[in-house]
Amino acid sequence: MAQGTRQQRSTSRSSGRSSGRSSGARGWREAVPAPLVLVTGTEQVLAERAVARVTALQRAEHPELEVVGVDATSYEGGALEAVASPSLFGEPRLAVVTGAEAPAERFEPDLRAYLAAPADDVVLVVRHAGGSGGRKVLEVARAHAGAVLVDCPPLKKDAEKLEFVGLEFEAARRRIAAPAARALVDAVGSDLRELSASCAQLVADTSGTVEVEDVTRYYGGRVEATGFRVADAVVAGHRAEALALLRQAVATGLDPVPIVAVLAARLRQMVLVGGSRGRGDEVAKALGMAPWMVDRTRRELRGWTPGALGAGIVLLAETDAAVKGGGRDPVYALERAVLALCDAHER
Amino acid sequence: MTVWDDLVGQEEAVAVLRRAAALGSGALAHAWLFTGPPGSGRSTAARAFAAALLCDTGTGCGTCHACRTAVQGTHADLRVVATELLTLRIDAVRELVQAAQRRPSTGRWRIILVEDADRMLERTTNVLLKAVEEPPERTVWLLCAPSPEDVLPTIRSRARPVRLRVPPVAAVADLLVRRDGVDPAMAAFAARAAQSHVGLARRLARDEGARTRRREVVRTPLDLSGPTDAVVRAGELVDVASEEASSSTAERDARERAELLRTLGVEPGRAVPPALRSQVRALEEDQKKRATRLRRDVLDRALLDLLSVYRDVLVLQLGADVDLVNASMVEDLRALASRGGPAATLGRMDAIGTARERIQANVNPLLAVEAMCVALLPEPVGAA
Ligand SMILES: Nc1ncnc2c1ncn2[C@@H]1O[C@H](COP(=O)(O)OP(=O)(O)O)[C@@H](O)[C@H]1O
Ligand SMILES: [Mg+2]
Ligand SMILES: [Zn+2]
Repeated sequence: MAQGTRQQRSTSRSSGRSSGRSSGARGWREAVPAPLVLVTGTEQVLAERAVARVTALQRAEHPELEVVGVDATSYEGGALEAVASPSLFGEPRLAVVTGAEAPAERFEPDLRAYLAAPADDVVLVVRHAGGSGGRKVLEVARAHAGAVLVDCPPLKKDAEKLEFVGLEFEAARRRIAAPAARALVDAVGSDLRELSASCAQLVADTSGTVEVEDVTRYYGGRVEATGFRVADAVVAGHRAEALALLRQAVATGLDPVPIVAVLAARLRQMVLVGGSRGRGDEVAKALGMAPWMVDRTRRELRGWTPGALGAGIVLLAETDAAVKGGGRDPVYALERAVLALCDAHER
Repeated sequence: MTVWDDLVGQEEAVAVLRRAAALGSGALAHAWLFTGPPGSGRSTAARAFAAALLCDTGTGCGTCHACRTAVQGTHADLRVVATELLTLRIDAVRELVQAAQRRPSTGRWRIILVEDADRMLERTTNVLLKAVEEPPERTVWLLCAPSPEDVLPTIRSRARPVRLRVPPVAAVADLLVRRDGVDPAMAAFAARAAQSHVGLARRLARDEGARTRRREVVRTPLDLSGPTDAVVRAGELVDVASEEASSSTAERDARERAELLRTLGVEPGRAVPPALRSQVRALEEDQKKRATRLRRDVLDRALLDLLSVYRDVLVLQLGADVDLVNASMVEDLRALASRGGPAATLGRMDAIGTARERIQANVNPLLAVEAMCVALLPEPVGAA
């Protein structure tokens, strides 16, 4: 019961909460300015977001805000005091301390001293990137009354990554269709920095709602990587390999629909290349393919008769209907098709 | 003159509807289901019936204000809903259900006409069902669908059926001559080629481009000799359908967008304020859905034309004494007929039917049509 509730909360869009966060801490989206803001967790991208958010909020209040950086790893005594002392013109300040996970000796005592009498109009952000170092710094910071604690653990679940993508688009006042978000997470979701860069690229390079086709166009190589590998094995007639790759793809959650599409595109190419005479580069131009692709397709064609390719297309149309809901068991339909195609290849 | 004059070839249905309209109020059924193939005149018949019910003289005179506005679909007591999207929206249907509760304002009846009762998700149908089950005394529902099986049994069992038939070719040709001033030879060709679909026949008769496209489609069987032709031809069929569909939507999409922006008070060339963006987005999504439906419909039409070729081939193979749909290509048809027997022809007709079903079921249209073209090849390719 409790487990279920927690999961539900972690996937809900509006809360921005994430599972695995240390107790009492909030997520990066709830980071707000305070005399002390402690940002923990190993997901650097999210930590940067948190710091950027605090800075932006503070700057909205105080347009003349001065931001200074302090490196805790090479910290020299007295630096914090200098940062916190009022500047010549009395502008409010925001100091970002990085490297609190490996602090130089003098940092922790200085922090303790500073927090005993924090300066007005100063926001001190301390970034601790995880690990067992700087434990005392954490203790001091967490014990400070009124500290804002922000934790940025890595996003592990796809649901969290999908939410992240949704928020990135929302922030850019754009929309991404659900299947497109999924394709994007499949393609580049293992690295959050890459995921966020990809969102930014899609926002910049497309207009309107971003659809699966857009994602495929930009990250197609990766979106369809597994489908392509299955197709490679199939057109080579490598039965066991094709089946293993297919099962692996399905086990990792790859949708059968794009696999069918990749197989169909491949057979279509083979039929068209097989029906064209002439030099490779001419054929490539006529069919709008890369020349190396024509050469490769010609090699692959050696194992295939035109009739076998035609029958393969008929089979794939049937399979597409099955995986799109016409049949009981889409995965089984796809496996059957892959095996039949391998068998149609002449050894 | 009466409202029934332009409804050709539907004498039986017209007789039933006229009698019902002439009946006093107490005996009128509150829900009617008009069925027949697209273009058979379901919408036309339903509007004529609405006019007859609302007519100022009580006869369906066709000339009074009520008759004229009802036929146009602008009568205050008549609501017409059609969708060009893949499905009717649930909120549109909810609103209809509310409208159905109101008393008629000027006429004797409040009439709700749903042109695409088959294009509804089940939960939408359930919203409709409640209203159809217990209609207020003065409310009449007119529903249109291709066949009774296309609506839920719960609806079907509560509605009186009106089946339209495919009108005879001669009646359609006659209408084209009489009403649209088409030359008789062209009218005969168009009525036959459109297989009595009145709207389509009119387009074929008047639009050279439509005739050319059809000619290309029906030539398909002659152009197929091996799998390469099948794949190439399939690509062409799908492309032509997409182009035709988008050429007819592009201009309209832009106009609708401009209109919406004007209604929202956004000056041309200005950015849409964030608060209004969701409305613009909703329109864009609708337009996208409409384009999808239109592409499917246009492609489906092409497949029906192709089907008519094999139907003709079958007629020749069986020596049946029936008119050919594609009489102008009779030599080609004979050549195709001599290639095989009726069983093979039926197999090809099945392949076309399968492709149509698959496209409706969201299978990639290109792949579905490729598979179909492979099945139309002169030599079977065997099984993979
Ligand atoms: N039986 C008919 N008599 C006269 N015109 C018809 C007939 N059937 C269809 N039409 C015309 O063909 C077009 C399509 O008719 P419509 O009523 O929308 O068909 P449906 O609703 O059955 O698809 C319209 O322009 C209509 O005027
Ligand atoms: Mg209609
Ligand atoms: Zn009248």
